[in-house]
Amino acid sequence: MLEVTDHSTLSQMLLQEVKTLADRFQQTFGRIPSFMEVCGSHTMALARTGVKKALEGYVRLISGPGCPVCVTDQVTIDAMISLTDGVNRIICTFGDMVRVLGSYGTLMQAKTEGKDVRVVYSPVDAVRIAEQHPHQEVIFLGIGFETTIPILAAAVKEAEEKQVRNFSMWMSTKLVEPILRQLLHDGEVALDGFLLPGHVSMVMGRKHFEFLATEYNIPAVISGFEALDMLSALRHLLLLSLEQRAVVLNDYKSVVTEQGNVQAKYWMNHYFTLCDEAWRGIGVIFDSGMDFKSEYNQFNAKVKFPIPTREPRRTKCRCGEVIRGLIDPPQCALFGRACTPLNPIGPCMVSSEGSCAAYYQYMREE
Amino acid sequence: MCVGVPAKVLHIESFSALVDVMGSQMNVGIIFVPEVKIGDYVIVHAGQAMSIIDEQYAQESLEEWRKLVDARSDGSLNT
Ligand code: SF4
Ligand code: SF4
Repeated sequence: MLEVTDHSTLSQMLLQEVKTLADRFQQTFGRIPSFMEVCGSHTMALARTGVKKALEGYVRLISGPGCPVCVTDQVTIDAMISLTDGVNRIICTFGDMVRVLGSYGTLMQAKTEGKDVRVVYSPVDAVRIAEQHPHQEVIFLGIGFETTIPILAAAVKEAEEKQVRNFSMWMSTKLVEPILRQLLHDGEVALDGFLLPGHVSMVMGRKHFEFLATEYNIPAVISGFEALDMLSALRHLLLLSLEQRAVVLNDYKSVVTEQGNVQAKYWMNHYFTLCDEAWRGIGVIFDSGMDFKSEYNQFNAKVKFPIPTREPRRTKCRCGEVIRGLIDPPQCALFGRACTPLNPIGPCMVSSEGSCAAYYQYMREE
Repeated sequence: MCVGVPAKVLHIESFSALVDVMGSQMNVGIIFVPEVKIGDYVIVHAGQAMSIIDEQYAQESLEEWRKLVDARSDGSLNT
């Protein structure tokens, strides 16, 4: 693994190259280039490897809406926490979710109050728990993007094959294409290109993102998560924008193919269908997520355990603007004061991939 | 929550495989990469192998970067 901080020649030289090209961009267009990294893992990797800091003043890197925890809206989080109220229930979830603050507490607090909340590594583990506890209802909180949706499908497939009847899933998934269209449509943030998520692309394929070039005339490069990968992708983005060429390049060919993972797409479309989803700070976007097809309602926790939705409590958290790239985390009045990773107010500070957490850990001036 | 890690496939049994992730071993599902073979590297995300890493491409990008750096250091790359 080569990191900028290792002073490895290769990444240093690539960094130099990116800076030279960024200078040229500035001379040509009279401003610094702005690129959005869509994916939360990129946000974290750019901060951790020092690439973001090294490029300050050369390239503006905007964190996009690519962390599944950060984009989950308050009503959904409240509903997920309310699910723990029922008797004989085991709520299973991915790690980051337990600390997200709802209007009336967190899953962690529910757990300390004696509710059975468990963190699992994989949704398939939740199916196993259901098998071991046949007299309890096991509910998995299914959040995630296209990378995770097939994995949710794999768990449903296992439950279906093993006829596990006490397993269900509360879906709150998100798709990348609709949110990118929405951002470009709103046009609130001026962008010269996208650094596309390597893992979503591994499922969906390069072709899936071609609409960015053909319909919106904006270049985009699919990138891996090492310093070298990201610098290489930024270099390509700069070359493309200097030439004013809108194409979608795959710079992560070792993992991402043209068509993506056909099997994964097959299984996600087998159990799930498009649905409208509410995005934190953005609102409901038509067909921007996936939920169970009605023939699989026996696995749909929203059908099995309907929860009355409540109006969420308002906070001063500006995550909605952070994930749209409108402000940087320090522009939120709570950042680093009321809101820290140990005491997070909004999901962007909770999630290990959130912009506020990345900024807090790696970008603050001491 | 969604960081994929590369793992080496050690053993395959119908729909799952034993893999090595940086020294620790675990079982992962392989329904999304049915063509996987022992010795392949895969990207694992939340208990499922999601993609087989193409070593040739991985090597090629390294080569490409090296060439770029070499070209720059002898001044022949005119960027
Ligand atoms: S869900 Fe996948 S693509 Fe999205 S932020 Fe996480 S790692 Fe990136
Ligand atoms: S600093 Fe905290 S409160 Fe402010 S936007 Fe980020 S997560 Fe929300």
